[in-house]
Parts: sequence; C-alpha cells; structure tokens
Amino acid sequence: MTELDNKLATVKYSPDTVSHLKPCDEDCRECMSKCCTYICPAGVYEWSSEKQKLIINFENCLECGACRIVCEKQSLEWEYPKGTKGVTFKNS
Amino acid sequence: MENASVDIIVVGGGPAGITAAITAARKGLKVLLIERGKFCGAKNMFGGAIYTQPMKEIFPDFEENAPLERKTAEHRYAILTESEGTIVSYKNQKSRSSSYSVIRAKFDRWMAEEARKAGVVILEETLVTCPIVDSDYVVGVKTELEDIYAKAVIIADGVNSILAKQLGMRENLDTKEVALSVKEVIKLDKEKINDRFNLNDGEGCIMEIFGSSMLGELGLGFLYTNKDTISIGLGVTLNELVENKQKAYELLDTMKHHPVIAPLIKDGELVEYSAHLIPEGGFKKIPKLCANGVLIAGDAAMLVNNLNWEGTNLAMVSGKLAAETAVEAIKKDNVSEENLSEYRTKLDNSFVMKDLKAYRNLMSAAHKRNKSFFGFYFKKINEFFEMFTSTDSIPKRTKYFRFIRDFFFERNILEIFKDMWGVIKILWGILYDRVR
Repeated sequence: MTELDNKLATVKYSPDTVSHLKPCDEDCRECMSKCCTYICPAGVYEWSSEKQKLIINFENCLECGACRIVCEKQSLEWEYPKGTKGVTFKNS
Repeated sequence: MENASVDIIVVGGGPAGITAAITAARKGLKVLLIERGKFCGAKNMFGGAIYTQPMKEIFPDFEENAPLERKTAEHRYAILTESEGTIVSYKNQKSRSSSYSVIRAKFDRWMAEEARKAGVVILEETLVTCPIVDSDYVVGVKTELEDIYAKAVIIADGVNSILAKQLGMRENLDTKEVALSVKEVIKLDKEKINDRFNLNDGEGCIMEIFGSSMLGELGLGFLYTNKDTISIGLGVTLNELVENKQKAYELLDTMKHHPVIAPLIKDGELVEYSAHLIPEGGFKKIPKLCANGVLIAGDAAMLVNNLNWEGTNLAMVSGKLAAETAVEAIKKDNVSEENLSEYRTKLDNSFVMKDLKAYRNLMSAAHKRNKSFFGFYFKKINEFFEMFTSTDSIPKRTKYFRFIRDFFFERNILEIFKDMWGVIKILWGILYDRVR
C-alpha cells in the first residue's frame, strides 16, 4: 500500500457503478502536462501509455473539483456523483 | 408562479444554505433545503473552527447544545524552514469573540436539525442537476427524481457551484483563484493533546503554519485541536501545484514530519483523510449575486476572507441576508433581479464586502511578491533567531553586521523597495476606502 492508499482507506464511500468523471480521450492524448494525474488529492487519474488514455479510479474521488479547474483543455466532463453515491465524511 | 410547491428552495446544506433556510422558515415561509450528501455535513470540510459571535446571531444557544470540540484559547503562528521554526503564540482564555473547533459531519448535521425544528423540510441524498428557468426567471430546480418549483431559489452549493455556472452568473475559475486543501484527522488521547499544547480541558489551540520552502510559496498549513483528535492540513493555490508538479498530500506528509510539527502528532492514528477547494479570488472575483428569482450565498459566491481564515461566518451572514431579501421580495410578489439586488446592497453595507474590499489587492500582491513575502523574509526571521541564540565566541557586533550584510547581499535594494511598495499598497487598500 502506498501512503495515499493508507489515507484513502480511512474514507467512507458508496461507489457508483459508472464514473461521474468523463475526460475527452482525444484531448488527453494531446495534453502535455496531464496535471490531473498529480493534482488530484485522491489519485483518481492515471495515464496508461499502453491504452493512450486516462484510467479513472472514480470510486476514490473526494469530490473536491480540482481536476475540473486545472484541466488544460477544459474538456473534462465533471459532475457530482448521484445523490446516494460518493464520499461521506464522518470525522472532518 | 402558481405552481410553486414551496416558497423557497435552498440548494446545499452547509452554513450558508442552512442559515438561509432557517432564516426564511422563522419568518413563516415554506422552505425546502436540498442536500446531495447522506446528511448535511457529509460532503463538507474545513480547517477548522466556527466563530462564536456570528453563530450566536443564528443559533443563540449553540454553546450549550451544539456538538463542539474545543474553545480556542491560543493561536500559534509557526514560521518554518526545512529544519527550523519560529513560533509566535497568543493566549487568551477569556476572549469574548472566540471560536470553537468542530467536526463538520457532526456540527452541520446539528445545524440542519435545528433548521428542521424551525420547519425547514430537508431533502437529503438528492442531487440538484440544474435550475429550471421560465421566461427569464428561475422558478425551481431539477433533481434526479423530480422537478420542484418555488417562488425563489437560493444557491448555496459550495465552491464548485455548478448551478451558478449553469445560470451564467459565474465564470470559470482560474487556477490562481482556488486553493486545494487536504486534511487529516488524527486520533490522540485528550490528555496528550492537553499536555502537548499546554491546554486545560475544553481549551483549544489553532496553529497557522507558514512554511514556504516546504509548502510552496503561497501554501499555508493549519492545525486545530479537537476533543480527542487533531485536524492537520494545508491549502495551496492550484496554479502552484500545477507549476511545481506537486501533490498536495505529499506536501502535507512533509509538513507532518517537520521537527516542529512531528512531536505534536506523534503516535497519533489517522482517522480520516479529506480534500476540498477554497475560493481565493477575493473581492474581484465575486460573481453576480442575484438574478430574477435566484440569489447566491457562501462559497458559491466566493465569499471567503483568506487572510483572517474566515469563510463559514461570511457564508452564514450572506445566507441570512439572501433569505431576508428573498422573503421581502416574495411578500411583495416581485422576485425580479432589481428587487433582489437589495441583497447586494445589504452585503455591501456589512463587514462581508467591507473586509473583502479592503483586502482586494492582497492576493494579486501575494502572487506577485510571493517569493519575498513567503520565502526570503520568513527565512530571514529564522536566520535572525539562529544568529541571536547561538553562542560561538564570535563578537556580537560582527554577527549583527554579517546578518545585515547578508540581508542586502541576498536581495538587492530594488527588490526590497518593491516589497515595501507591495506592503504599502496592501495597507493603503485596507486602511483607505477608495472603491465605492
């Protein structure tokens, strides 16, 4: 387990079966910085050079919205998870 | 608007939304509060502490009834370099305008319960997908399940405010105008917290941590004592994280290992990790605050004073004023933008806009001069104390001269003048009100 995994293991989630985060694959391929991969505080975005697209670990999303703002192409389709889904903070 | 099923819909169960809802309900209106989390507070996060005086205005008995952690008795300001630290502390156990550390999952839930008692209907686990607009008036909201109509809608859906964006009332945020905050809540025995922070039972300590060499030029760390946990975290503007390719949680780990911080949280167990955005655009980035049938309050309206770490209080005051304005407008049966603009006037006359206006130059100056304010001078403070406290058989006068020589050697006089000019500009902006 990485340090981040240890942190995320403390967070309570009700994950959805589909992602609420939808990047534009074509824009991602062109994106130079791929800054979402290091900005996201939950490590949701991983670049797969094999598939040439982002792998989205959306079930770890803390719903902060940082990825939406930093997206270089401003093409990330970002919405909140459905009402019954997503993160529940209990001690913060 | 004959098909309105309620008088006011409030979107978002945080301090702004709950205050708006309870204010309108106390005036006898039918209010529906919609929250996407499992309960109000489930998606909310801050440092943090809530302020006694603004809380009392809405919840007069909160000190007896609300789930509070510790009453702030001490403020510490820690200026850190990689291996050193200078700490200034201010202690006042009898402060009248004090604050309390709280856990939002418990505290916001309590506020929502009070609103429910006042007659607010709360719809939880429900996401508002978009506003309903009819003939240029906002007349309700769409949720995942149904369309709900109201005479007025108050938007308090937080820093990302998708609704304000959909209505075209807010522009896209720039990475300079938002900070990413990550936080850890760490479990520690109550006694250990008392001992380590020199506190009596029930007393709390707030630490502001300046540590540019670790946290990025505009990064700020924070530490709050709760009953038997410690909230530790930091906020860094997004543009800095992007430019330096940094991960916020790694900066937090570095800060946690600093020799000044590490002993305070030693042997603590991580209870919960969380993240949130903080609006930092200030006065210049406040969006349009009302339109036909709709008002915006709290973080959604970017109402955060980032110098004094105030947000929840601005949220509550704006929520209250938005609700009061909406109630008056509904009574007059006229919720036009013109009629609702009274909200902006009320905010302008309150400390909310006065403070934000006074600090309007702060962030741009901080962004411009950040390397000096947060890097050079903070480093020099620590170097001064290192020089002053070291006993090494070198004559004092030699040491003082060396310190002064290095000061001007490391930073040329023009830069120092520019720094001073930056400070003067900020102070002038705070003390002299030229923007009307």
